[in-house]
Amino acid sequence: MIRTAVTRTAFLVALAVIVAAGCGKKQPPVVKAAPPPPPNTAANTRPPAPPEPVNEPTIVPPEPVRDDRIASASLDDLNRNSPLKPVFFELDSDEIGPPAKSVLEENAAILKKYSTWAVTIEGHCDERGTAEYNLALGERRALAARAYLLSTGIPAERLRTVSYGKEFPFDPGHDESAFSKNRRAHFVITAK
Amino acid sequence: MTRTFLTLAGGTLIVAATAGQTPQPPQTPAPASQQPSEVMTTITSEAGTPPRFAVPDFIALSNDAETVEAAKKIGQVLYDDLNFEHEFALIPRDTYATIPAATSVATVPFDRWRELNADGLVVGTVQKVAAGVQVEVRLFNVRTRQSAFAREYSGSIANPRLYAHTISDELHQQQRALRGVARTKLTFNSDRSGERLGNTVESRSVKEVYVSDYDGENQRQVTTNRSLNITSVWSPDGRTLAYTSYRQGPPNIFLANIYEGTGGVWMKSEGQNWTPVFSPDGTRIAFSSTRDGNAEIYVANRDGSNLRRLTNHSAADIAPTWAPNGTQIAFTSDRTGTPQIYVMAADGLGLQKVTSETYADRPTWSPAPYNEIAFASRTGPGNDIKIKDLATGQVRQMTFGEGTNESPAFAPNGRHLAFMSTRSGKSQIFTITRDGRDLRQLTRLGNNYQPDWSK
Repeated sequence: MIRTAVTRTAFLVALAVIVAAGCGKKQPPVVKAAPPPPPNTAANTRPPAPPEPVNEPTIVPPEPVRDDRIASASLDDLNRNSPLKPVFFELDSDEIGPPAKSVLEENAAILKKYSTWAVTIEGHCDERGTAEYNLALGERRALAARAYLLSTGIPAERLRTVSYGKEFPFDPGHDESAFSKNRRAHFVITAK
Repeated sequence: MTRTFLTLAGGTLIVAATAGQTPQPPQTPAPASQQPSEVMTTITSEAGTPPRFAVPDFIALSNDAETVEAAKKIGQVLYDDLNFEHEFALIPRDTYATIPAATSVATVPFDRWRELNADGLVVGTVQKVAAGVQVEVRLFNVRTRQSAFAREYSGSIANPRLYAHTISDELHQQQRALRGVARTKLTFNSDRSGERLGNTVESRSVKEVYVSDYDGENQRQVTTNRSLNITSVWSPDGRTLAYTSYRQGPPNIFLANIYEGTGGVWMKSEGQNWTPVFSPDGTRIAFSSTRDGNAEIYVANRDGSNLRRLTNHSAADIAPTWAPNGTQIAFTSDRTGTPQIYVMAADGLGLQKVTSETYADRPTWSPAPYNEIAFASRTGPGNDIKIKDLATGQVRQMTFGEGTNESPAFAPNGRHLAFMSTRSGKSQIFTITRDGRDLRQLTRLGNNYQPDWSK
């Protein structure tokens, strides 16, 4: 991953010039655009990586050149205001309904855009179920969200799951409004 | 019957599992009780009702404050211990006030106790000796003035409750052939520290594992890792806890040897691992794991060897419990769409569904001679404790919609259950008799969850 990031920095600089110069032209991009690496001075001290082959498998349109706040944010900041939105479930259910689907599609798009991100999908439950079974139900929810993301082409190794059952409610309330927020798959970015 | 791991030395019986204190071997076991002048009789009442017992404060034979306090404490705790099993009708202590306190065994006013309709009278003495304290106790038949039970103990004065617990257990054994639980313990998890997990954006409560005496006294923290530590259970010898901890990220099973202060991860982490439970002989641990993709029941030797998968289903299987003879395991599965309790042989064969509830979880197999499984059942907005008799197939309900009620655990003699309830506001640990009487709240600090009763 480090190798890729460093190499991409070089390509990105070149790419930025190309994009700035000829934005309107239908020139096929040469490399996949990736977000700039985090402002990490440690990366500069690492030895230069060998050049990356030009024929990358996935070719996506170049990113706009405007400053990407998401890409430059720290992991903590990212998770505090996460671009990956939680997915909500019905009582006792791990079914991905239509609203959950559209959220997962958006999350998938973000994960494709930031292709180095690794994510832990946390499964959570509301307090009405029992503590022990909720560990299993939370895992089912996390797995359901993961399966959907896998079906969109996100590689399996970027998606881990963990179930917290009903141990960590998002809303400590005891009414349906709280319950509906607590039955969720929550996405935590663990690496970028 | 002598449970050597509980000692009369009292003091620090429990040390934190991860605090790295110097290993502390269990202190010397309780000295074998002598029997000065015991006539083997069983005290009964006239009408076939439970015999009426009076348990006044013990007599302090030394005048120092510590001995006086211990004498008082032993009498009070013994009263509560004997009251717990409902084998004797305990005459309320506030009616003893008019009876002059004896200053020695010789001055016991038996006539006055007779007026209170006492069938049995417990008379105890506490005397300071060089090594600590000497405690003598007798149970007198009030009518005949004969001693029906006599014991003598000596040891530290640090934990007077333990003398009372020991007397209670031995008295139940001798008078009623009943294995009392006064020296057993509970484990549970609690957020009482008020600490929050580090490294999370959301505010999340730390939960640590605790132990206490059966009556909720002597609550002590076992884990100190500021993570999520849940589903703690006792080894049959009462020396080790197994529990689920998220301290390394993914949930995994840890062991804590509470008297040595040692412990750590049980088996190398693979997938998520939850809800460990010791086999009745202590040689194996059953648990739930996602190591093969989704939650299944596994069993392995206590040293982590000989791992075997017992279930194989795309549904979730979790929360195993052993039959007392070790030949069967009950667990929760949602293979029919809702969580229900299933029973299988300990090798995974012969699967049977045993509940047809709206929702059932956390089975706990009773000890013999009962053949029952207690579980939590959704009965409305919340859950209640129910018990299924496996012989008759009948289900009886223990709690009735006061808050939510979860995680039942049988006392080792099967006569009580501990469970979690929100009936008083927060989540707390309660005990109740197996026929639904004598509810007692044991915890009050923070929220407390998932009790397990030592064997």
